[in-house]
Amino acid sequence: MNQGMLALYTLWLRELTRFFRQPSRVAGAIGTPLIFWFFLGSGLQGSFRMPSAENGLSEVSYLQYFLPGTILLVVLFTAIFSSISLIQDRNEGFLQSVLVSPAPAWAVVGGKVLGGTTMAVIQGILFIAAAPLAGMPLSFGMLAGFAFALFLNAFALSALGFALAWRFKSVQGFHAVMNLVLMPMWFLSGALFPPGGAPAWIRSAIQINPLSHGLALLRHALHGHLEAGSFLLSFSIVAGFGLFLIFYSQWAAASRRAGDVL
Amino acid sequence: MNSILEIKNLVHAFKTRRAVDGISLNVQAGEIFAVLGPNGSGKTTLFRILSTLFLPASGMVTFLGLDLAKDYREIRKKIGVVFQNPALDLKLTVRENLIHQGRLYGLCGKDLGLRADEMLQRLGLADRQKDMAGTLSGGLKRRVELAKGLLHRPQVLLLDEPSTGLDPGARAELWNYLIGLRRTEGVSILVTTHFMDEAERADRLVILTQGKIAALGTPKELLQAVGPDFVEIISAEPAALAEAIRSRFAWRVAVTARGVRIEHPGSPAFAAELLAAFPGQMNQVTFRKATLEDVFLAKTGHAFWEEKSV
Repeated sequence: MNQGMLALYTLWLRELTRFFRQPSRVAGAIGTPLIFWFFLGSGLQGSFRMPSAENGLSEVSYLQYFLPGTILLVVLFTAIFSSISLIQDRNEGFLQSVLVSPAPAWAVVGGKVLGGTTMAVIQGILFIAAAPLAGMPLSFGMLAGFAFALFLNAFALSALGFALAWRFKSVQGFHAVMNLVLMPMWFLSGALFPPGGAPAWIRSAIQINPLSHGLALLRHALHGHLEAGSFLLSFSIVAGFGLFLIFYSQWAAASRRAGDVL
Repeated sequence: MNSILEIKNLVHAFKTRRAVDGISLNVQAGEIFAVLGPNGSGKTTLFRILSTLFLPASGMVTFLGLDLAKDYREIRKKIGVVFQNPALDLKLTVRENLIHQGRLYGLCGKDLGLRADEMLQRLGLADRQKDMAGTLSGGLKRRVELAKGLLHRPQVLLLDEPSTGLDPGARAELWNYLIGLRRTEGVSILVTTHFMDEAERADRLVILTQGKIAALGTPKELLQAVGPDFVEIISAEPAALAEAIRSRFAWRVAVTARGVRIEHPGSPAFAAELLAAFPGQMNQVTFRKATLEDVFLAKTGHAFWEEKSV
């Protein structure tokens, strides 16, 4: 095996081994969204009315509407936990050794991001088992489309987590980004409410938010309501966003630091 | 002897602060070379530059015949690094830590397994190899770090304050291992430390203060340049006592971290003279040989522990 690929493989494997040895991480990434979904979803179920603009979704209950957004939250949480571990690992952990080893930067980024992606995909698939509870039958075709959308989202968000976390020296600093950037991106993705019923400025924010397009792919897989044109647009945006962040991360990780980071 | 490391006028600054400020030195093959300095002296910055983490701001560093600014990838293959903060994955077993480490250096399969076994054996970790790294004591964790650092057979081992957090027994064991390693494998060792007794065990050492070289040489050379004999007085008010001694006697007096130090070979008559002159002001009087702390005081004008970080 090529040396870079060997390094990528071993770093990916390390992420997964760590993940399966910390059940609390799984509980944190799945449990919180599950509680959100079940309580918010059940509570708002009766008050929720789909705006007429959202064609094709009129038959959808709030629990069903909120499900793809909750899965996006699972993916986001997994990416965030993975990014936090990146900061800790670099300060006092194995990553210090990785950074002075001959492993190329792309292998370091790739191992971490694909590790995060794999964890998010596993959790997303576990979570979709909740769909029948909301009265959504699962089919094989639907699961295949869902797994593909899940992978794209997981990849893009893991890459986003890496790109953001790399700049931070402390976990505290990263918490601010999580609360001021990542969570608002999720709020403004159409996860909680349909854009159709929102004011114009929120609709614009949703339009330019890459997470909205990730969500659109998940929603398409679960509810099948997107027309082909916007599927292609959403796919291109999410894939492009992920690839851009991977290249950015690779560049950031490859440049030797002149000194302290944030 | 040939140099493995040549540093010429190295400068590294963070914003306005010059952490490393014009250092030049050479390290020979097979040497144990210590970088001694208090916190903020620039030794950790120097370590990060040499371990290829930081790009040096200016100056020339030739490491194993390669230019550190350009050929750092080649250098990485030839050096082993042990960090001050533990670089173990605590959720992995001892053996898993070694296996992952080895793959980063292109080792794999049976070769890697055998090499890992060999290192586990050599560092006395074979019976703990299946334990989670997080369950080991501080001394054992250091041994795993050493095993990791040496797995790919580096020519040079860099260690940043390896004794931090170790009890005296584990510190002695670590140094015995390093000295044995140099003898049996010919590995050159560069170690930063703020323990003076440790630096005295190195073949040569450099003392850093505020990013500059205060002294450079073998421990013997450095110690001979000061003293060689001192009388040290432990006192509740060292500054006042030093002043009082200066005003009455012609001896060279300095205030140290512990008390007052007089350059004098010492004798019972001398002690009697002191006791008569300053009754009740001395808790303890010691006659001793010079230490690296005296070297530091002589070169910088202040005690080792008093250095302010800039």
